[in-house]
Amino acid sequence: MNPVMAVTRRELRSYFVTPVAYVFLVIFLVLSGILTFYAGDFYGRNQADLQPFFVMHPWLYLLLAPAVSMRIWAEESKGGTLELLLSLPLTLAQAMLGKFFAAWLFMGFGLLLTFPIWITVNYLGSPDNGVILAGYLGSWLMAGSFLAIGACLSAVTQSQVVAFILTMVVCFLLILAGQPQVMDFLQGSMPRRLLNALAHLSMLRHFEAIARGVLDLRDLLYFVLSIATWLIAGVLVLDLKRTP
Amino acid sequence: MIETEQLTRRYGTLTAVDALSFRAEPGQVLGLLGPNGAGKSTAMRMIAGFLAPTSGTARVCGHDVRKEPTKAKRALGYLPEGAPSYGELTVREFLTFIARMRGLPRERAFLRFDEVVGRLQLEEVLDICIDTLSKGLRRRVGLAQAILHDPPVLMLDEPTDGLDPNQKHTVRQLIDAMARERTILISTHLLEEVHALCNRVVIIANGRLLADATPAELEGRSRYHGAVSFSAPGSGVSQEMLGRLPQVASIEVDPLDGRITVFPRPGERILEPVETLLRQQGLEVSEIQLERGRLDEVFRQITIGSEGRA
Repeated sequence: MNPVMAVTRRELRSYFVTPVAYVFLVIFLVLSGILTFYAGDFYGRNQADLQPFFVMHPWLYLLLAPAVSMRIWAEESKGGTLELLLSLPLTLAQAMLGKFFAAWLFMGFGLLLTFPIWITVNYLGSPDNGVILAGYLGSWLMAGSFLAIGACLSAVTQSQVVAFILTMVVCFLLILAGQPQVMDFLQGSMPRRLLNALAHLSMLRHFEAIARGVLDLRDLLYFVLSIATWLIAGVLVLDLKRTP
Repeated sequence: MIETEQLTRRYGTLTAVDALSFRAEPGQVLGLLGPNGAGKSTAMRMIAGFLAPTSGTARVCGHDVRKEPTKAKRALGYLPEGAPSYGELTVREFLTFIARMRGLPRERAFLRFDEVVGRLQLEEVLDICIDTLSKGLRRRVGLAQAILHDPPVLMLDEPTDGLDPNQKHTVRQLIDAMARERTILISTHLLEEVHALCNRVVIIANGRLLADATPAELEGRSRYHGAVSFSAPGSGVSQEMLGRLPQVASIEVDPLDGRITVFPRPGERILEPVETLLRQQGLEVSEIQLERGRLDEVFRQITIGSEGRA
């Protein structure tokens, strides 16, 4: 078997034999339900779509994705299993990919378990299921980006708490980057071009574009590239740690 | 085969491993011996590919750990210090994971799994979480992991550390049984282990190689090598008489049990003359022993000397 797949399987196994998976899934499902119906006013809007559901995802992930990703490397490094893993015949990139896929698939599984809300909205009205599918895709890609950031930052430290906080801060900044409040605040203190570039880095902007059902290649590329960049950065961090 | 060539690792200003060069051949059990903090684990971590060398390199079965890390890792079975494993998995799951990582084909994986589990007597704990196992069992799981792919080179970092005497014995028997066609490198700070297992010893301290010899050669360096000791309770053995023998250099009497040790002059054999003398004197000797040399003494002599220089 391919070592990437072997790592992915082992990671997934570890999620499900420890309480991590169940705690995460329950909290994710409960919170996404509550946020959709109360904060998002799902019924009151009188619209057959899942906007109020998806709009909460960045904030939900801000809390939950770092909780999934914090253990990715920090735990291995602390428990000494990193030495075991890295003495097995696989490259750092393969190890990183295997671990990332496991986390990403796991969050994807959580996302799939929100299907009752999709059934609900189809029962109550006739939504555009294409847009909903795009929303799911965008949400999963965003989760991937958060996890890639977390995987990289988890490689930096042996402490899961530090990894959690660092990841949360970076994700928070990336969510905020394009918000009008932030842009207004930075206006004048930054050259216009830089400000524009910053706005384009905004996670929220690209996610919302996809969630509206507009599958622009640029938005997809944004997520794919940010996942790749953070994973590569994580591999570099790991390599840096083993070289003197 | 394991070869290291000027293998060096520095942490800032501290040199953990300093231009270490040695070679372990198939059929050999090479003991990497040194005080705690001598650089044994660091050296092994570099050979295993977990740490990158600052300079120099190591080769496993001819594969350079810097240029062909994956090939080198394939040829190697490695038990890291403390035998880390994924504690939340069961023994079966853990070994299955290792078999997959090692890319063993299905059939072979089953065969090897059964063989290794049988050899390490893990049948009864296969479906138990590793976290709940005793230290000895966890060590055995670590060993199982290292030999699962039947590697030509085996590297074990303190394989018996923290085990009880029975468990130590089992692990040593196992290593002994595997030694025939393999290259085995073990690190230890236990001198008894060297006697029990190794046919060559590399002593390091402060990251530097201080001796590379067989246990017998090391014992030969001991001042006890070739000495004769005996207990003669209740009889006034004349030290003067013994001292007059031309081959004898000096005599020591243990103040606690009155055991007498006679040291030879360099290159002399004194067992026979001493025995003859004792017989001539008509002295009752309860037991007489020719000393092979004391490794602990040689070890101390070699390693403490180096610390003085450092």
